[in-house]
Amino acid sequence: MNYNHIVIRYAELALKGKNRSQFERRLQENIKMALKSFPNAKIERTFGRMFIQLNGEDHEQIAEKLSKIFGIHSFSLAVKVENELTKIQDGALRALSEILDGKKTFKVSAKRANKGFPIGSQQLNYEVGSYILQNIEGLTVDVHHPDVEVKVEVREVATYITCAVYQGSGGLPVGTGGKVVLMLSGGIDSPVAGYLAMKRGVKIEAIHFHSPPYTNERAKQKVIDLTKVLTEYGGKIKLHVVPFTKIQMEIHKSIPGNYTMTVMRRIMLRISERIALKQKALAITTGESLGQVASQTLHSMHTINEVTNMPVIRPLVTMDKLEVIDVAQKIGTFDLSILPYEDCCTIFLPPETSTKPLREKANKFEEKLEIDALIEEALANLESMEITPGQEINKDFEGLL
Amino acid sequence: MIYLDNSATTKPYKEVIDTYMKVSEMYFGNPSSLHTLGKEAEVLLDQARDQIAKLLKVSKKEIVFTSGGTEGNNLAIKGTALEHQGRGKHLITTNVEHASNYEAFGQLEKLGFEVTYLNVNESGEVNIEELKKSLKDDTILVSMIHVNNELGSIQPIKEVGELLKRYPKIYFHVDHVQGMTKVPISFKDCHIDLCTISGHKFHGPKGTGVLYVREGVRLFSLFTGGVQEYNLRAGTENIPGYVSLAKALRLSMERYVANKNHLFQLREQLLNDLVKIEAVILNSPKNGAPHIVNFSLPGIKPEVVIQALSKKEIYVSTKSACSSKLAEPSRILMVSGLGEERAKSAIRVSFTFDNTIEEINEFVRTLVSIVSQLKEVMR
Repeated sequence: MNYNHIVIRYAELALKGKNRSQFERRLQENIKMALKSFPNAKIERTFGRMFIQLNGEDHEQIAEKLSKIFGIHSFSLAVKVENELTKIQDGALRALSEILDGKKTFKVSAKRANKGFPIGSQQLNYEVGSYILQNIEGLTVDVHHPDVEVKVEVREVATYITCAVYQGSGGLPVGTGGKVVLMLSGGIDSPVAGYLAMKRGVKIEAIHFHSPPYTNERAKQKVIDLTKVLTEYGGKIKLHVVPFTKIQMEIHKSIPGNYTMTVMRRIMLRISERIALKQKALAITTGESLGQVASQTLHSMHTINEVTNMPVIRPLVTMDKLEVIDVAQKIGTFDLSILPYEDCCTIFLPPETSTKPLREKANKFEEKLEIDALIEEALANLESMEITPGQEINKDFEGLL
Repeated sequence: MIYLDNSATTKPYKEVIDTYMKVSEMYFGNPSSLHTLGKEAEVLLDQARDQIAKLLKVSKKEIVFTSGGTEGNNLAIKGTALEHQGRGKHLITTNVEHASNYEAFGQLEKLGFEVTYLNVNESGEVNIEELKKSLKDDTILVSMIHVNNELGSIQPIKEVGELLKRYPKIYFHVDHVQGMTKVPISFKDCHIDLCTISGHKFHGPKGTGVLYVREGVRLFSLFTGGVQEYNLRAGTENIPGYVSLAKALRLSMERYVANKNHLFQLREQLLNDLVKIEAVILNSPKNGAPHIVNFSLPGIKPEVVIQALSKKEIYVSTKSACSSKLAEPSRILMVSGLGEERAKSAIRVSFTFDNTIEEINEFVRTLVSIVSQLKEVMR
């Protein structure tokens, strides 16, 4: 392995001024967290770029982690050499030969951030290019469509040579945009909503409504597993499990069938708002998408949304189901989401649901419930846990594996 | 007792047996059951699968539990052939495979598949050029043992993978049963599509194994009747076995990392001592695996040596355990061109991390005295 560094380029460079240093510091923190299991890797930050010194750590595993961190536009494996022509030539040759693998054409793109370096970029292109041509047989230069572009960046203290660029996840570093709570059901949509929210730099806390014994233990485990997948993108995440059985029983008893879904969603939203306030989150994120199911018509959203004036962020609102599935597959939540366990939305599913519920009616029906007391009771029995990236062995199984 | 037959099977670690007992007792639920006991078993199985995936640096979805090396090889070979026969019916393997691989190909020939068996040189290694020439438009599978179980020869898996990478229609299966935790390979770097490992070869329980199935590879399942193991192998999971395998794999890999040179040291010591014995001809190649040493005692029946050694509680073997009860000369040594005399009189010594230099010395001393006694009797 000739590559000894990784060069990281930031996404959304438009963010400048004061925000920029906060943005960069947060990104550095997030990268540090993600690379905790690689103790020898060192992160350095310079203006406009970040560098990871690999110091012998596995570059593939690190690349895999980096590809999931928001705020990175792209990154490259790099060879770091001294600012000296022969060293640069040798470094470029090593960098190229390692990834050549049957490729036939290349070009050199030199850039001098360090104007004190005595050789101009054009001349450097020539010097490095001809050195490579002399040393690798069967290779030709193609300046328009090269198979490999050998980038040579002469910076203040050192020169970095890179040959392949990996796409990052884009977006903003998680933690630069405040906090939201995510209503996480265990279906396909809500984990994707959480992912997209994090992409815009917010931190999330997840809320799940659980109705034992009607909903299986596996349904809760599934949500824990989904949260774990999300932690790969956003670092550790708090998960709040709300005991919801009693509320559902009460709704079932007192509310007409075609309004049970509406009232249930309104109560979930109220509880989420309470948790958000307590956890200092500024918005609620859901996986709702317009027109997908009865509770997600515009009428229905209008009626459900009445109970809170907190912003409700719906990243999927205009997406088609197939688009959502694509993202779910990409981020690794799909296979978990489709595990067929009953959850609190399916178990008490009424025979019919109004697609055009009205606020007045919902309010009238709700008078039959002691909503405040029910909510207090649910909150008092909240189960909160912290989910961290990477699999840990379940306490009960300690010693077995 | 000096146990030097670790290529036949290894002694399970004490910790592994503890795990097996605890899991059998406490987590006996069927992971497919909906109740809490079932769920616990399911989570435990999931964690075992995850641990194995991490150790092998692959994804959890690529780990398919099996009953061991034989099933893994059969599922990989027949599963590929039957699933993809529409694309071609030509298969390639070598003639130094383990019987579980070799005989699967024999069965497929009866079903109308065409099989090319690659030759090996005196070191038991295949030639990449010969492989290249054997590839055809209708080739769908190349299957190869990594570390030969009799000679310890190592096939150039990386080079084969590099070559086959350019043929996306051809699947690459590796029988890694002898190599696991002794001669590590990276499945991804070697572009392997299917890879067999077996628990009892690295101090796990018998009846457990893993077939690595790269994401995107489809196989015809050999056992149907349930959705277990991603529909590839129906049947209630052997939870205590698989959890124990996960533990044995972790412990063995840790021991390999902590003490990489130990097996090489044992091998070197043994080789140095053996060359000094007049009656001995070495069969293992110089660059072979660190845990297998094969040699012949021409003119002496190996069974007699084995019996004499076992009286002193020293255990070695003749050829592969799976075929050692057949009186024929070793097929592997024959096709490697070592001649009938050597193939008839071969003895295999195989180590694990627990063996010591003292044990090797004791083995050699005993062997020398047995050989000289036998020579007297036979003269």
